[in-house]
Amino acid sequence: MVNKGSAATSASTDDFIKGLWRDNPVFVQVLGMCPVLAVTNSGINALAMGLATLFVLVLSNALVSMLRHFIPRQVRIATFILIIATFVTVVDYLIQAISLDLHRALGAFISLIVVNCLILGRAEAFASKNSVGRSILDGLGMGVGFTFALLCLGGVREILGNGSLFGVALFPAGFQPWIVMILPSGGFFTLGLWLLFFNYLKSRRQARQALAQEVGV
Amino acid sequence: METASHGSAPPRPASWPMYRALVGVGVACGLLIVSVYVLTLPVIARNEAEALQRAVLQVLPGAVAKASFVFAADGSFHPAGGAATGAETVHAGYDAAGQLVGVAVEGQGMGYQDVIRILYGYAPQRQVIVGMQVLASKETPGLGDKIEKDAAFLANFQSLDVRLAADGENLQHSIEAVKQGTKTTPWQIDGITGATISSKAIASILRQGSAQWVPRLHARQADLVSSGGPNGE
Repeated sequence: MVNKGSAATSASTDDFIKGLWRDNPVFVQVLGMCPVLAVTNSGINALAMGLATLFVLVLSNALVSMLRHFIPRQVRIATFILIIATFVTVVDYLIQAISLDLHRALGAFISLIVVNCLILGRAEAFASKNSVGRSILDGLGMGVGFTFALLCLGGVREILGNGSLFGVALFPAGFQPWIVMILPSGGFFTLGLWLLFFNYLKSRRQARQALAQEVGV
Repeated sequence: METASHGSAPPRPASWPMYRALVGVGVACGLLIVSVYVLTLPVIARNEAEALQRAVLQVLPGAVAKASFVFAADGSFHPAGGAATGAETVHAGYDAAGQLVGVAVEGQGMGYQDVIRILYGYAPQRQVIVGMQVLASKETPGLGDKIEKDAAFLANFQSLDVRLAADGENLQHSIEAVKQGTKTTPWQIDGITGATISSKAIASILRQGSAQWVPRLHARQADLVSSGGPNGE
């Protein structure tokens, strides 16, 4: 660890940054669509769901990585699910202790974090093969990226569908909210527009890189 | 047994590490869940009691304290524990002087999406419903969920007539939902355009609830008054 010095630092920064932006779980990998579409009808629901997922992701990544030499290959998926389900149950109780209204708003979707493919995906693809520190960073990056994406959807849907953001009214009294935006169909519209925007950014970046290479040659 | 299987069969993976991993992780996870459950249980119970208290005081304007009662098989009301809930539980609200303001009753019924649970306040002196709050509903956001927030709809429940008929067992008029803007009598509920099913569901819950509870409460009002509530002594 010590003799690797700067290489290790840049690798760990990369572990964090990749989930945040380049491999964003929602906008790039298009994972975990069930909560993305279902609970983003307001900013606060999106934030709470994102933080709950972040918590589960970081802790399950840490524990899976800690136990990676202890768990035989044949039973790894069952063990990972067990670990993930445990942390989801813990989050469920914690949210009930923090606010019953929030728990009511998120409803069944807290329990459904268990089957969020993003979490099992990171346990299998990253945490079971890498050190505890790197796995925690990976979980943090992916979790913050997921929260960011949920906030992007929840923010737009609440502003257009309810005329407010985090419960604070933004428009004068005459504003007629677009109710469709907080209904399920609005989730698909908003996700489609955000994916369009991120793909546009990606193609522009690629075009610029290609241009830079030509000029360089 | 174990040593024999270790020696003979290389293609079969050793089972001991699998047992060890599954049972070990299972036990550790179980312990974690139990300890979090035990730690959060008192906080969750307190949150629920506070939410109930807030709801009761909201549907009974003027009330500052509450006491819960259980309806017993012999037709009387007995004081219940602090956070008691259930189909046979009612919550009496008292004003600052310890006088009975009214009784909050829980009711539920099928809405448009799922079961709607409500709490409504009944004032026995005037024989009217004085408040209604939706405790849980999954009605359509922006349409059906207006039953929770729409000021004009909630105004229906400031003084909704549930007067008893002369026989003391039935209501003079059943509560009914009418189209928005066509309410003419004090026992009608002005519906919400775009949330017809949800507003009718509320009316139906109140109709059934009042038919069941108003005669009981009217007959045994003394049980609730004499126990006095927390501020009553």
